Amino acid sequence: MAETDTAAAPAGGRLARLGAWIDARFPMSTLWKEHMSEYLAPVNFNFWYYFGSLALFVLALQIVTGIFLTMSYKPSAAEAFGSVEYIMRDVEWGWLIRYLHSTGASAFFIVVYLHMWRALIYGSHRKPRELLWIFGVLIYLALMAEAFFGYLLPWGNMSYWGAQVIVSLFGTFPLIGDSLVEWIRGDYFISDITLNRFFALHVVALPLVLIFLVVAHILALHEVGSSNPDGIDVKKLRAPDGTRLDSVAMHPYYTVKDLFGLSVFLVIFAAVVFFAPEMGGLFLEAPNFEPANPLLTPEHIAPVWYFTPYYAILRAVPAFAGTQVWGVLALFAAVLLLFFVPWLDRGAVRSIRYRGPIFKTALMLFAADFIMLGICGLKPAVQPYTTLSVIGTIYYFAFFLLMPWYTRIDSHKPEPARVRR
Amino acid sequence: MTEAIDKGRRQLLTAATALTGAAGVAFAAVPFLASWKPSARAKALGAPVEIDISKLEPGAMLKIEWRGKPVLVVRRTAEMIERIGRHDDKLADPGSEKSRQPEYTKNAARAIKPEYLVLLGVCTHLGCLPQNRFAAGASTDGVLTADWPGGFFCPCHGSKFDLSGRVFAGVPAPTNLEIPPYGFTDDAHIVIGLDQAENA
Repeated sequence: MAETDTAAAPAGGRLARLGAWIDARFPMSTLWKEHMSEYLAPVNFNFWYYFGSLALFVLALQIVTGIFLTMSYKPSAAEAFGSVEYIMRDVEWGWLIRYLHSTGASAFFIVVYLHMWRALIYGSHRKPRELLWIFGVLIYLALMAEAFFGYLLPWGNMSYWGAQVIVSLFGTFPLIGDSLVEWIRGDYFISDITLNRFFALHVVALPLVLIFLVVAHILALHEVGSSNPDGIDVKKLRAPDGTRLDSVAMHPYYTVKDLFGLSVFLVIFAAVVFFAPEMGGLFLEAPNFEPANPLLTPEHIAPVWYFTPYYAILRAVPAFAGTQVWGVLALFAAVLLLFFVPWLDRGAVRSIRYRGPIFKTALMLFAADFIMLGICGLKPAVQPYTTLSVIGTIYYFAFFLLMPWYTRIDSHKPEPARVRR
Repeated sequence: MTEAIDKGRRQLLTAATALTGAAGVAFAAVPFLASWKPSARAKALGAPVEIDISKLEPGAMLKIEWRGKPVLVVRRTAEMIERIGRHDDKLADPGSEKSRQPEYTKNAARAIKPEYLVLLGVCTHLGCLPQNRFAAGASTDGVLTADWPGGFFCPCHGSKFDLSGRVFAGVPAPTNLEIPPYGFTDDAHIVIGLDQAENA
């Protein structure tokens, strides 16, 4: 706690005195206690609870590698592609920094998707953690925007045509579409001007938004307390003397656990960075090794893998009434539905461990459906992928929109009084 | 002396200050939002371009760039023009009612002179560049069947257009390929980006 009287030198060595000096001026040890040494988390965190801290690590990695890439990258149509080649070939260790950043982008989405999955299976989004979940969905949206703007920067042909397709989505809105697209591009086509503004958004605007949202996400988490695989409220479990039961301090217990998780993650991550940074065209697509060419569309335009489930939804909805805005609306609706999950789920219990067979089946099918849509979105629009996309899209929406109904009629098992070890 | 707090007055002043501030923020946002519009230089670079068509062979296609978009100029043979009229029932918009083109090209051949077809090479689905597949009949890669009358095929999502850039029904693209404003300055030159009347 903050010492108000600095004149009375506290006991201890120089370091303790320095700590007291700071605490009288800044809530250093208060913050440390509140968020680390005295933040109590449930004792039963399992494997699925690694992905929050891993996401934080990848964010830091992307920021650091991004800063160093910015030092050698040129955000202009004439120089962008060449400057990335320059980073890869001539800058000392440039290839490593760039591969860390490009692999980091995919790793970010893998970690975030697993983190979101954890919330779905253990009901982490349920009351009182709705706002925590909403901050999370906002982070996911900001991350998608960040990844999209970043993908244009290497100015490869897939960068160019991917941006072309995504920006054209806004042109499908009636009346305002054309001027909206012109406003986004700042030109009559994806040009140097577009590249320059995407660079500004990618390196300044969205990282600031992301950091702000991550802070809000963690503050909301520490306000309501962490969920756990049993879905029961450990904050209410008290010993007769009033101390919390089934909880341990974040530091050192979970910091050490998360460090172990981080080591495992880094082994896998390093293996990808060193041996498969392109991941067979999934992380870095082949047409992107050619410079942007407005007159040559790649044979098959596919977004990077983390967008493909939504891309499949976009393509699954046909044009009618003379416009294709419906597919675009379906794409936006598919993402926006996530915000409402805490209210759509009416189940009596939070965790999958105690939920009934209907929800378990629906959720597992949803995971399979999301992966299937992702595969369909990577493939050209031919059979059987077009039919599978339509089926997948219908199931995607049914899973969310019918949730209030099927979670209510579903059975459930009794929740335990204490967490299972 | 007691100072009674006039809550109504305080609320009014708070609301008035907030509204004034909001109006100020809205006005201040205008320059930032407007800075995203095409700049004077971008507008100048988007000026019309003239192309020489005197060396274009019958049945051949010329591809040039205007405002960063590919413009396709096809010199259609009499046989190609004849092929256009046979499949109106299979098209989504045979009369180009829902499609975008200058008024003076809203005719059977979608052209000022039926021999010269001018199109934006931008698929009306999501902006890919359609390939020219002028030969009628099935293609070796299997995407076109025996009843294909010749036209354009979009490799991205499989949209099909005929030799006038009119879209077939049942493909992702909703409308015919767009025709940019253009005109003939003389028999050998086309200007893209200016209407026929302005060229004359």
